[in-house]
Amino acid sequence: MSTPQLPMPPAAAPNWQAANGPSYGGYTSPIPVVRTHLGHALASEWTKIKSVRSTIWTLGVFVVLVLGIGLLAAVVVSNSSSEMNGENPLSLGFFGLLLGLMCIITLGVLTTASEYGTGMIRTTMTACPSRARVLAAKSIVFFAVAFVVTLVTTSFIAFVDASLLKDNGAKDPSAGEWLKGTLGVSLYIALLGLLSLIVGSIIRHSAGAITIMIGAVLAPLVVALFMFSQSLENVRQALFEYSIPNQLSVFYSNSLSESGPSGWDPLWIIVGVTAVAFAGAVALLEKRDV
Amino acid sequence: MIEAVGLTKRYGDKTAVYNLSFQVRPGAVTGFLGPNGSGKSTTMRMILGLDNPTSGQVTIGGFPYRKLPNAPRQVGALLDAKAVHGGRSARSHLLSLAQLSGIPARRVDEVLGVVGLQDVARKRSKGFSLGMGQRLGIAAALLGDPQVLLFDEPVNGLDPEGILWVRNLMKALAAEGRTVFVSSHLMSEMALTADHLIVIGRGQLLSDMSVRDFISANSADFARVRTPDTEPQLREKLTSALTEAGGHVLPEQDGGLRVTGLPLPRISDIAHDTDVRLWELSPHQASLEEAYMRMTQGAVDYRSTIDQKAGLMQPVPPGAQPPMPVPGQGQPGWYAPPSPAQGGQPFAMGQPPANPYGAPNPYAAPAAPDGAVPGPYGPPTPVAPQTPPQPPQDAPPAADAAPAAPASAPTPDLTKPEDAR
Repeated sequence: MSTPQLPMPPAAAPNWQAANGPSYGGYTSPIPVVRTHLGHALASEWTKIKSVRSTIWTLGVFVVLVLGIGLLAAVVVSNSSSEMNGENPLSLGFFGLLLGLMCIITLGVLTTASEYGTGMIRTTMTACPSRARVLAAKSIVFFAVAFVVTLVTTSFIAFVDASLLKDNGAKDPSAGEWLKGTLGVSLYIALLGLLSLIVGSIIRHSAGAITIMIGAVLAPLVVALFMFSQSLENVRQALFEYSIPNQLSVFYSNSLSESGPSGWDPLWIIVGVTAVAFAGAVALLEKRDV
Repeated sequence: MIEAVGLTKRYGDKTAVYNLSFQVRPGAVTGFLGPNGSGKSTTMRMILGLDNPTSGQVTIGGFPYRKLPNAPRQVGALLDAKAVHGGRSARSHLLSLAQLSGIPARRVDEVLGVVGLQDVARKRSKGFSLGMGQRLGIAAALLGDPQVLLFDEPVNGLDPEGILWVRNLMKALAAEGRTVFVSSHLMSEMALTADHLIVIGRGQLLSDMSVRDFISANSADFARVRTPDTEPQLREKLTSALTEAGGHVLPEQDGGLRVTGLPLPRISDIAHDTDVRLWELSPHQASLEEAYMRMTQGAVDYRSTIDQKAGLMQPVPPGAQPPMPVPGQGQPGWYAPPSPAQGGQPFAMGQPPANPYGAPNPYAAPAAPDGAVPGPYGPPTPVAPQTPPQPPQDAPPAADAAPAAPASAPTPDLTKPEDAR
């Protein structure tokens, strides 16, 4: 027997049926009707994102990767006799972040695509016919979660790295470098996760969208590696400079090249790409069948 | 009130729904029937604004779903019991929907109690059985206490007690003045639950009428006749006599005969005249299932074939009888007794004169006094079936395809197994 308890017959159900008799013609619910807005959708998406285990797992692995690799790198460098020669100590957080990126991408894709995979999206879109509102709420909630988690993790590892490597000749990071190494990368990572969420909404398939996003992170570097020909030199250079790992390293001012994006450029690039993708996803969402 | 006007949906060159117009009224349970792939779910998705119609429109209370103010408070739907994230608990699932619709959170615990899931509310829905999933889906539909409810196959996987509960729930919801639109394949369930039926096949409207009208318009009642099992020759004798008298005779698996086109007293008289004793002569009222099968037989996309086991069968030893076919297996027309249009009113004991088809009715009981057999055979409702009446010649050619099919009853071939003895 699937349910141990006898379900209440509808006649015994609470007040919701006593209010209006059949004579009324239609039925009016005694529960007050509220005009819904984005706030309701935000509350709903917050409930959703915190009530699945994939959130805990992906963010947990992300934190472990960023902290673990960041600490490991700092400990190894500080215990060896190698000198930092006035380099930015925050840059040691880069490797953990590069790996942890995959977790944020996965979570972003799952936030939208898993609803398509399970069919939940039809329930959601029935409860909220305004599809753009649903996507906006998902985007805001996910971005906030990803940003906060990344900011806390990267800030922590930045402080640890800076204090551990003080004796190895690393320079004292300037205020700008602090800001880029914590707030900057956090915004960048969260936006990249948001882009994954949007791609998930466009592709509607978890594995497909995750593959596309990881391909977008890795492919430019790999392709550039095999461009030996002299005539392709410019393309190769551009692929290198605008690849996501290189853009990420710009925040730590240890870019592979000198000519590409610098300063806060990667952030403006990802903001632009994400905004365009969001507009496209909304247009598709409104047009396509759920 | 749900109203569809010229609703059409095409996927590429496949037309899922074509020019569908119907109304679903409040205060009644409206059943939505059709074979697999006939467009029921597509229609439901269009009602909910999930799929955009290629042409035509469907409105709820005058608004297309996506323009409906406070849609989740006006319409509740169970589309697919598995349309939940399996990793989320039942309560979180409903809570997220309640928050999205601006429904107070305590309503979640209310509906969990209504569907009987309060004890597993915090379990992940991945581990739910099909029946528990259905209950969760019904809870989601009831969450907004809406005036319009759509249920797609609500009793799938429910235990008998759950089925009874759903049946009473639908009726109670309709009695409160709500619009209840239910699709199902369980005809017996529909016969008990629905007041009105909308039947589609291949995406087009086949019928839109009350359950009672539907049954009388799409089926003929028949008589079950059994001759003594011990004397098979009596059966053949009666079969040919009944056929001569203009009846249609189909053999049943247990040795009984299914007779249409002759009133009960006439069958008894014929049996008496031919000196055949009867063990059983009983009226049988067609069920909704038979009426439905009859209506949709031309619109079924996915039909099973006979399992031939070609080349795998042992040769039948000489003298052995081929097994009797199981009713319904590969026998065209098993569920389709002759329609009232062609066979006249087979058991019209009461008021035979009202012949809607103009022609004199040769099978009307001549000597039956008025009201002699009050029984289940009321006066036939003169509803013209929506399908064009098929000429009676239809059945035998179809039966030729399967020589063993007893649909060719009127011919003496039927008794082949016995003849071969």
